[in-house]
Amino acid sequence: MDVLTILADAFRAALGPEAAIYALAAIGLNMHFGYTGLLNFGQVGFMLVGAYGAAVAVATFSAPLWAGILAGVALAVVLALLLGIPTLRLRADYLAITTIAAGEILRYVYRSNFASPVTGGVYGLTRFGDPLYAINPIPAGQYGFGEFAYSSQSLWIMVISWSLVALACVLMYLLIRSPWGRVIRSVREDEDVARSLGKNVFGYKLQSLVLGGVLGAIGGMLLAFYAQAVQPDSFNPVVTFYLYTLLILGGAGRVLGPVIGSVIFWFILVFTDSFLRQAIGAGLVPDSVISATEVGAVRFALVGLGLMLLMIYRPQGILGSRREMMLGDS
Amino acid sequence: MLALVMWVLLTPLTGASAQSQSVHGTLRGPDSMPVAGVKIIATRGTEDAGKATTAKDGTWEISLPAAGRYTITLDVSTLPDGLNPAREGSQTLRGVPVPAGESRAVIFQLTAGSPAPANGPGEERGGGGGPPQNTVLRWLDELPQLLVEGIKFGSIIAITAIGLSLIFGTTGLINFAHGELVTLGATVAFVLNASVIGPQLQLIPATLVTIAFGALFGAALELGLWKPLRRRGIGRIQLFIVSIGLSLLIRHLILVLFGSRPQPYADYTVQQEWQWGPVSIAPRDFVITLLSLLALAGVGLMLKRTRAGKAIRAVSDNRDLAESSGIDVSRVIRNVWLLAGGLASLGGVFFGLAQLVSWDMGFKLLLLMFAAVILGGLGTAYGVIAGSLVVGIVAQVSTIWFPVELQNAWALVVLILVLLARPQGIFGKRERAG
Repeated sequence: MDVLTILADAFRAALGPEAAIYALAAIGLNMHFGYTGLLNFGQVGFMLVGAYGAAVAVATFSAPLWAGILAGVALAVVLALLLGIPTLRLRADYLAITTIAAGEILRYVYRSNFASPVTGGVYGLTRFGDPLYAINPIPAGQYGFGEFAYSSQSLWIMVISWSLVALACVLMYLLIRSPWGRVIRSVREDEDVARSLGKNVFGYKLQSLVLGGVLGAIGGMLLAFYAQAVQPDSFNPVVTFYLYTLLILGGAGRVLGPVIGSVIFWFILVFTDSFLRQAIGAGLVPDSVISATEVGAVRFALVGLGLMLLMIYRPQGILGSRREMMLGDS
Repeated sequence: MLALVMWVLLTPLTGASAQSQSVHGTLRGPDSMPVAGVKIIATRGTEDAGKATTAKDGTWEISLPAAGRYTITLDVSTLPDGLNPAREGSQTLRGVPVPAGESRAVIFQLTAGSPAPANGPGEERGGGGGPPQNTVLRWLDELPQLLVEGIKFGSIIAITAIGLSLIFGTTGLINFAHGELVTLGATVAFVLNASVIGPQLQLIPATLVTIAFGALFGAALELGLWKPLRRRGIGRIQLFIVSIGLSLLIRHLILVLFGSRPQPYADYTVQQEWQWGPVSIAPRDFVITLLSLLALAGVGLMLKRTRAGKAIRAVSDNRDLAESSGIDVSRVIRNVWLLAGGLASLGGVFFGLAQLVSWDMGFKLLLLMFAAVILGGLGTAYGVIAGSLVVGIVAQVSTIWFPVELQNAWALVVLILVLLARPQGIFGKRERAG
């Protein structure tokens, strides 16, 4: 058992690119769920179109990087409109199931054989991030001390994604305090009141869906660039559940909720992961109980348990206020 | 001259900087978590050019002496147990061009299963692939067979989804963990029937024990989790998210205990198919379909005729009115959970028999169950049966024109289309929709 290794692993994950990327996607989800009260369970679908938009443009059609990024964002807007126009009039739980279904349909289509000339099928696409790494100003090598170190590629993605997270937080702060944000929150509190004051509730919901979806798509894009690979099966519904868990952990309906939630979530996730692996390696946990290959599954089970306990005992998370969480019947 | 000397002196110091060329990458498992401690070797011709071991965050980098084409090999023996290259032979990448002064990214894809055949994504699998070449006559030939398959699939969905619908009707809970009740049934029956550590019961008695177990498990969930939560006054959407957590928890516990490999039951696996005109069906599948339809008819009769069934319908219709007219609502809800747990387990065994028992079978079925329930109208009992058959038949019949791999996508497309046109479902009452 090496406590230093475990801590180094956990801190590296808590500050690393994944935490930043998940924070960004969760800020989008916070727009939907935390501020507008939309039960979007298809956020991973937005991440998928963002990631593939950029990857397909660069890898399949050899477009320049900026065109790929624009394509990813544009596809997210299109998806939000396609999804929102028919479903935003439905009740919250119908919206949840429809958005999950839409995300799964996208995954099925992107992984299918007939789409594989464009999307690479089940194997996805690789090596499309080279233009982004080509402008990496950080010289190659490892940065940090001891076990706590990042490669120059990770560091480059971290710089980009944490800057975007900061930007998104500022944008969110300004938006929510604007007249637009007040209407959005009133839609969450009571749709009928907002409607009776002459607000076009549907229009506001659609704007919120587009904005949050674009943030999700940018997160998906960064994830694809970071891994230098997109595979359809990594965009499964569990990613959305991760996002909900960390959003609720940090506090839905708070600007910094998703950021704090993501950092803590990744810390706990990788801490348990590394701890279990070390414990198994040291023979503290017998192989017959949990083997090294099952650590991933145990981690997911713990996320599930954590989500349940959070929702039951502290639905407002770390930062939220219970009064403001719209989790009563809608 | 001085500049040249300076250049010679500086080059070794800068090492793997942007001046020299290298290959790099980040090795990730199928769950996109980094894989550490894997050896990667670069060779040119017959000579070794360098090697690296992946770091904690999965990254690796090999500095190369000169520009050129390299062969990059991942040392399979250093991979953690259970991980394999995504394709046979894909651990070796030949002819990777490395331009002077550039760092080239190299990706190795890993899978948790066994490697796919080397011919790559173009292959046909499981009879899948494109639409058949022959036109009109071909699909008329296929239609009866696919209708039968669709009815079989639909009736399995129906016996699992009817519990989902009744639970929603009586408690307002969208039980996202319902798929896990299905998986639990299938795996418990597997332990009783085929596992080496189990009693190796014949499948029929094993199924009966499983149904009892599933029913008790459902009731235990109600009494131990959902009822106390409702007492605390926790809202519907909050409960929905709790059920998502429960689903993740149960599913991955099953994965740890059962393992990731799909397994067959010990009985009724290999059978001579019966041939009736254009339709052929294994006796096993015929019995599954028949028993599912019988179970559905039984549930329908129970709801229509018996006191318990009438009480369930009364609570679904108007909980407060039912309570004030003397119906013991919490007993009715407990009965619904007993019924739902038992039926989900039975559906799990049938689904495991028709395909294979796997840890995520219920989750794969879940969205189709939701589709069936919404198609039929949330909270209605008879609508679910019709909705399930529609979902099952659409999924199967779509394979005439479209690839097999998209069959579930078509069922979900139908769900979305119905929500647009008739959000209350086929049989739902208008005021239920939003």
